[in-house]
Amino acid sequence: MSGGWEPVIGLEIHAQLATRSKIFSGAATAYGAAPNTQACLVDLGYPGVLPVLNAEAVRLAVRFGLAIGASIASRSVFARKNYFYPDLPKGYQISQYELPVVQGGSLRIELDDGSSRTVRLTRAHLEEDAGKSLHENFHGLSGIDLNRAGTPLLEIVSEPDMRSAKEAAAYMRRIHQLVRWIGICDGNMQEGSFRCDANVSVRPAGSTQLGTRTEIKNLNSFRFLERAILFEIDRQIGVLEDGGRIVQETRLYDPDRDQTRSMRSKEEANDYRYFPDPDLLPLEISEALIAEVRATLPELPDARAQRLVAEAGLGAGEATLLTASRELADYFEAVLAAVGPGHARLAATWVNGELAAALNRDALGIEAARVDAQALAGLLARIADQTISGKIAKEVFEAMWAGEGSADQIIDRKGLRQITDSSALEQVIDQVIAANPGQVAEYRAGKDKLFGFFVGQVMKLTAGKGNPAQVNELLRRKLAS
Amino acid sequence: MALSKEDVRHIAQLARLALSEEEAADYAAKLSRILDLVDQLRQVDTQGVVPMAHPLDMAQRLRPDVVTEEDCRDLCQQNAPRAEGGLYLVPRVID
Amino acid sequence: MQGDDRSIAELARALRERSTSSRELVAASLARIERFDGALNAFITVTPEQALAAADAADARLARGEGGPLTGVPIAHKDIFCTRGVATTCASKMLANFISPYDATVVERLAAAGLVCVGKTNMDEFAMGSSNETSFFGPVRNPWDLERSPGGSSGGSAAAVAAGLVPAATGTDTGGSIRQPAALSGITGFKPSYGRVSRYGMIAFASSLDQAGILARSAEDAALVVEAMAGFDPRDSTSADLPVPRYVAELGRPLAGRRIGVPPEFFDAGLDAGCAARLREALEVLRQLGAEIVDVSLPHLGLSVPTYYIVAPAEASSNLARFDGVRFGHRSTAAGSLEEMYKRSRQEGFGAEVRRRIMTGTYVLSTGYYDAYYLQAQKARKLIAEDLRRAFDRVDVIAGPTTPTPAFRLGEKTDDPVQMYLNDIYTIAVNLAGVPGISVPCGFVDGLPVGLQLIGPAFGEAAVLNVAHQYQCATDWHRRRPADPPAGAKR
Ligand SMILES: [Mg+2]
Ligand SMILES: [Zn+2]
Repeated sequence: MSGGWEPVIGLEIHAQLATRSKIFSGAATAYGAAPNTQACLVDLGYPGVLPVLNAEAVRLAVRFGLAIGASIASRSVFARKNYFYPDLPKGYQISQYELPVVQGGSLRIELDDGSSRTVRLTRAHLEEDAGKSLHENFHGLSGIDLNRAGTPLLEIVSEPDMRSAKEAAAYMRRIHQLVRWIGICDGNMQEGSFRCDANVSVRPAGSTQLGTRTEIKNLNSFRFLERAILFEIDRQIGVLEDGGRIVQETRLYDPDRDQTRSMRSKEEANDYRYFPDPDLLPLEISEALIAEVRATLPELPDARAQRLVAEAGLGAGEATLLTASRELADYFEAVLAAVGPGHARLAATWVNGELAAALNRDALGIEAARVDAQALAGLLARIADQTISGKIAKEVFEAMWAGEGSADQIIDRKGLRQITDSSALEQVIDQVIAANPGQVAEYRAGKDKLFGFFVGQVMKLTAGKGNPAQVNELLRRKLAS
Repeated sequence: MALSKEDVRHIAQLARLALSEEEAADYAAKLSRILDLVDQLRQVDTQGVVPMAHPLDMAQRLRPDVVTEEDCRDLCQQNAPRAEGGLYLVPRVID
Repeated sequence: MQGDDRSIAELARALRERSTSSRELVAASLARIERFDGALNAFITVTPEQALAAADAADARLARGEGGPLTGVPIAHKDIFCTRGVATTCASKMLANFISPYDATVVERLAAAGLVCVGKTNMDEFAMGSSNETSFFGPVRNPWDLERSPGGSSGGSAAAVAAGLVPAATGTDTGGSIRQPAALSGITGFKPSYGRVSRYGMIAFASSLDQAGILARSAEDAALVVEAMAGFDPRDSTSADLPVPRYVAELGRPLAGRRIGVPPEFFDAGLDAGCAARLREALEVLRQLGAEIVDVSLPHLGLSVPTYYIVAPAEASSNLARFDGVRFGHRSTAAGSLEEMYKRSRQEGFGAEVRRRIMTGTYVLSTGYYDAYYLQAQKARKLIAEDLRRAFDRVDVIAGPTTPTPAFRLGEKTDDPVQMYLNDIYTIAVNLAGVPGISVPCGFVDGLPVGLQLIGPAFGEAAVLNVAHQYQCATDWHRRRPADPPAGAKR
């Protein structure tokens, strides 16, 4: 932020709801089908056909509302948003306008510096997605695929509560985490299941009035969101400092050039002529339905992290990492249950450390981990009972990851069991002392730093299997004598 | 209420209807007559009246989340002015 | 006798007794269409092969003793109902080449009941009109006077039934489009309550007003057919999940004790004196049958035309946005850009009245006008519906005229849309409130039929049909038939 200007950012996130069929028709929502094979008469806007609302889409919207502490409207209304576009088959999008199903709510975001703040939500409403226009290979024409038309979306609208690109990205991540956590959206950004529009304005620091905002459309990664907002903030400040005015408009982020540009074609005469859809009656949501949905809501990320801190004695940072997704948290708790409650820190270190690194390296999600929770617990148990050292454990883990078997099998096969037999270790130590008379003399003359050298020599001769604590103790004793 | 030819052009643009010069004049006249008719309503006192969006005073019924529709692409595309490779073709979309 | 004069109940009985066959009835219907539709232009599409095949199937069922109460009876569908594999045009150039891939629920249910569809009837384009002159396929002529309109928008269905081409035909009624043509053509036209008959597969004009119904020769015939097409449909969110009463069983109930309300607002200066005289005679018949005639008031009735001409075009402007030349329907060949394709396809594909209503509807929904027009109209709609609801606290049925005048001449009102709109003045409130209404013939003025309108409370069809049937038991206006028009092939 350049001095004197404060950015104000609000996000509109479109999360595709994880239903089997579309929001108003019985066509499938599965991704990747051949063009227009999952567009039924309702999705095509055929003359005479009518929408009928999918109960599951409603339940998922309620689920989201409850998860953010919003109020669930006992009565909400579907409206038509009228505009012409070839991927919009009826010439209107069925959405919610004046009375959305989810109203209010808030979410806490954590920033890199460890601080946190609360972002308020304005609303979340149900609506249908449009199709896709394809521009390649049609002799200057565009091809329209309506498979996506009618896919249920939850549009999640925040208040303009964010003050930096980083905060906006943190909020987007938090919503992404939440929708996956509560199972309402698969969060797949490549497939368009989770998309974001950013409303950005700047104002003189200290001002309480909002500046004119622009809307950056269709940001489909956290990084692009952050880059686009950074660019847009700079651009707006530049315009204002040159004495210009910000034009309210829709803009598109171009990742190749790392800049936003105006989408004037979308701007001309935007008048959506919203009115209540006469094909759909008001949506009524009973207390009973709300209670039923509430009863199936999982423990939410914040609560779970707090419990890990309180019950397992983890640090707040560790707990936050472990609750990045519900699957990861489940994995961790399964490891912990198997290895025993006294080893929470060990388990956390391994899940956040070796396991996370391996997943990252192979670009895998936790559900595809090559070492499952039981297997990892088996490894950690051998660290805990001193069968192997932490260092050897990493080697064992790599072998497990490569599919070479369980921790015990690998330890046995490779003979990695720690040497804890004092007489065996003493033999090795005697050997080292005998082979390095010069170093022994220097050490005894006060060169303490050489202690590490002796440890290294012992470990080398034991192929790393010497119990480190025992080796230390025996070495000290022998060198001192 | 009288509509100008400019108003008419704006509405025709929103409604995506091409409009010739004569049509614009004719619409301006006829739509103004229609608006005179409906303008009677503006005088009516409707304070406190709850708007009636629909004759049925019922709640929206919901359907179970079940896939019931099969692929009907080939049949539907027989009605398409232009389709190729399973896609509906239109003059290039610019955005 | 012009055509087969038997009622649907009689035809069905003859079919079950095997004294006639469906093939015979359907062939006779097709022959009359062939002979007289050149003069009437009541049909857009005739489907002889499918009809005869369906008739044979019906006969086979009847021979096995499997037929229902309507099996084998011919019928025609207004061309607003989607019919699988058959052209469904809505009387528009926009859909002139459209073949529906599916059947409307009404079509499906009537076929399941064994009725045999002989073809698709002419109508005002997208049901927007009160004279059948907005059809892309040319106007329909009134069998009582070929220079006059049969009314609209279900004018083809009305003319086809009046001229004895079919015993009944489906229609739709958004502002009077069943009752008004029935009145002007001297037949019975019945619009059930909104929500009683599924709208699935009925091409939408104004979704909160549209309702399917039937044009037939008597209330009894109407009751029989509507029983077969009515009822809950999970494919229409606005279809009511209520059991359909046995209307036919209620028809015979005597009128003693029935209270019939007559609002003075129905007998205003706009009502033709001859029509008013016929209506008073009809009320006297009802009184003599034992009904009590009660004064009721509908103080906001005068708001119904302006209210309707905001609500209906607003919904229509949105409903007709799907006709964009992308997936089906007319696409202009002159278009270069996408924008041009939209504008030209829609200009070329829609007729003048449809475009006018799209323009009106777009305007009243646009920024700055929504509250003054659309929202205000929704409030006025409430006032009108409340008037009716209050009246039905005191009476079983409301009676009045269907139209202000008998059939007008073709071309008489085409220059002034507002004059045409005012023709719907007595029918529109029924749609705004969503209640049932019927028009039955109640005499003639200068050789032209006059209609008596009976209106009931929401889902109170049985009372309306009962009063209409009792009236028809006491009168024979519904048995009068026009002379056959000159024979001749269709132009
Ligand atoms: Mg939005
Ligand atoms: Zn949206």
